[in-house]
Amino acid sequence: MNQNTLVLLASISLLLPFLGFVLLIFFGKKRLPRQGDIIETGFVLGSLVLSFIVFFNKILYFPEPIEWKFEWVNFGFVENWGEMKVTLGILIDNLSATMLVVVNVISSLVHIFSIGYMKDDVRYSRYFAYLGFFTFSMLGIVLTNNFFTMYVFWELVGVSSYLLIGHWYEKKSASDAAKKAFIVNRVGDFGFFVGIMIIWASLKTFNFGEVFAGIEQGKLSGGLLTAAGILVFCGAIGKSAQFPLHVWLPDAMEGPTPVSALIHAATMVAAGVYLTARTYAMMSADALTFIAYIGAVTAFIAATIAITQTDIKRVLAYSTISQLGYMTMSLGSGAYVAGFFHLVTHAAFKAGLFLGSGSVIHAMHHALHKIHDHHTDPQDIRNMGGLKKKMPITYYTFLIYTLAISGIPLTSGFLSKDSILAGAFAFGKLSGHVVIPLIGFFVAGLTAFYMFRLLILTFHGEPKRKDIFEHIHESPKVMVFPLVILAVLSLWFIFGPNPFDASTTWVEKYIHKPKSVVPHDQQFEFNLPKESVLVTEYEHALHEAHIPAMLLSLGMAGLGILFAFLTYQWGKISAEKVANALKPVYTFLKNKWYFDELYQNTFVLATLGISRFARWFDLKVIDGIVDGSAHLTKLWSFSVGKFDWNIIDGLVNLLAYITGFFGYITRLLQNGKVQTYIIYVVFAVIVLFYIFLG
Amino acid sequence: MLVNLSGLKNVGLEHFLIVGAILFSLGIYAVVTRKNAIMVLMGIELILNSANINFIAFSKYSTADLSGHLAAIFVIILAAAEAAIAIAIVLNIYRNFLTVNIDEIDNLKR
Repeated sequence: MNQNTLVLLASISLLLPFLGFVLLIFFGKKRLPRQGDIIETGFVLGSLVLSFIVFFNKILYFPEPIEWKFEWVNFGFVENWGEMKVTLGILIDNLSATMLVVVNVISSLVHIFSIGYMKDDVRYSRYFAYLGFFTFSMLGIVLTNNFFTMYVFWELVGVSSYLLIGHWYEKKSASDAAKKAFIVNRVGDFGFFVGIMIIWASLKTFNFGEVFAGIEQGKLSGGLLTAAGILVFCGAIGKSAQFPLHVWLPDAMEGPTPVSALIHAATMVAAGVYLTARTYAMMSADALTFIAYIGAVTAFIAATIAITQTDIKRVLAYSTISQLGYMTMSLGSGAYVAGFFHLVTHAAFKAGLFLGSGSVIHAMHHALHKIHDHHTDPQDIRNMGGLKKKMPITYYTFLIYTLAISGIPLTSGFLSKDSILAGAFAFGKLSGHVVIPLIGFFVAGLTAFYMFRLLILTFHGEPKRKDIFEHIHESPKVMVFPLVILAVLSLWFIFGPNPFDASTTWVEKYIHKPKSVVPHDQQFEFNLPKESVLVTEYEHALHEAHIPAMLLSLGMAGLGILFAFLTYQWGKISAEKVANALKPVYTFLKNKWYFDELYQNTFVLATLGISRFARWFDLKVIDGIVDGSAHLTKLWSFSVGKFDWNIIDGLVNLLAYITGFFGYITRLLQNGKVQTYIIYVVFAVIVLFYIFLG
Repeated sequence: MLVNLSGLKNVGLEHFLIVGAILFSLGIYAVVTRKNAIMVLMGIELILNSANINFIAFSKYSTADLSGHLAAIFVIILAAAEAAIAIAIVLNIYRNFLTVNIDEIDNLKR
């Protein structure tokens, strides 16, 4: 197997889901068996097999990145520019190979789960077509080697996310959520676009490798480099739902639950983190600090909101935002591998959490249908409780995911979260930004608390609604199977042999922090290599922070779990009393920090105001001018018409009238009576006599 | 039977011409004023006969030959033929228009 074969296999793995999309969108509903779900799932499974082949070959046999390029357009020589051309291509390094597998694994499992979950849906075929389209776009983001196609696929995942959130578009809330997701993402994408334009204008290339080489040569530096880094990161802020653009993700839960698992938990929202990791080498110290703070603030805000939510999917949505904030914070604080590691582990257990919640919602929905209750919300955890007995597989897998997200040993989440916190710890110690590790540890506790709150309220205790509970059943095998697989993927041995040491995992072994290309004066002092020692100051601190960070994070998680059990399982602490005691805080959190209201009253109303003004301006001024000129033209043509009618036509008519008059006179002579003619003849003869004889 | 023609010696060409003219005028008058087509035909006869009188008068008072008489006889024959044709035309007019009132027959102006 050589490099070209690998590129070919990766391309096929990219195009297979797209082929499925084309087949399903054109022939799915009427022509294909089972509306084509098997075909699409089969294509994605094929893509999964190929991506495994690519992954193992890449990391085992090709230490260097594999890049395949082709010249897309060449504008020739352009003045003030040089030779202007755009080259596109595919880049397979360990990062993208890993991501390829992650996307395909989650996508395949979600496809399988959807066969059960979306059964009897009105737009069953179209749903699978869009899933395939999303998978294609996401793989495009992963495999691209340049900013140009990255942006194109970036928008394509936005579109497929929009289409899938609005899958049940008859519901107003769903179509609104779809629009909100798309528009909020556009805000971030605008920044991304400007960042790309800075890069294109100053380095004259889109290719990642060439961009980094150009920066290393000093073609782009100083404030502009920091600006480019932050602007590119703006794309990640939108897509990965970071503060302040995180508001779209909770609303996106209006989409079908498997979609939430695939797009809004595991893959698309992780695209922002992937982008940051991809462009990591060009981030200056200021940009990295900005990224770290955005991540920390996001993690904190989302975790606090998650505590008060009662909709099972919304809790998970805020937990997703919080975890994405973690990854971003980790990248910003220099723990590059840990951030990406957390992306991989989070993809598995968060997709599992969503699919598990999907399984619960599915059961609730059917139970509500049985008892003809169409008003109760099947997603509200206040109606659940005690589901453990009825849905054992869902419960135990859910428990594993919850342990993983809380960072309990023997799970994958422990390994990655521990590395992140160690990174934050080292960063805080060396840079003086102590807020970041503080938030990191606090959020670790919050995460454990709200996740166990969710688990206990849903599965433990007594059922709150007996009538629903009687009709709850475990989900069909096709839905349970992905849950089990994801639960296995959330355990430590998938990643490494030692459940307490992240450095033994293959992620740490094969993914390496790229060497920064930023000028030395724009880097953190502690990240620079010293001549005398082998490791940088940061790596040293990271190593030292490892054990204390691990103990501290375990303590925080244990504390969170303890409080969750005290409050919701054993009833030692009354949740209502705490909520009443901290009424303002509770209301503030319950209303999601009033972000929606804030945006509604500022940006949305301002936009509406501007649009209204523009409409008024259009109606009154522009239309006035247009109408005025129309009136003038009308007036002018009216007078011309009058002139035509009266003067020109009058002359012509007068002529005709005169002619007619004479005609009338002469016609009187020709009255057709023989006797009159005889009189004329006689008269004429007499006249002739007078002339010739007289 | 003897007729005293002595008085005729005072009669000259002028008198015949005057009679002819009067007859012609009466003929014209009849042709122009009568409504009935038959009466118009009669007017035409009058005109023809006034011409005959002129022919005869000029023949008597100018030359010795009889060419004037001949012309008059031709005219009489012609008048007979003409009367026959004209009455046939009038009959046809009546058949087509159901009237012989020539005021009502003004097809010529169409």
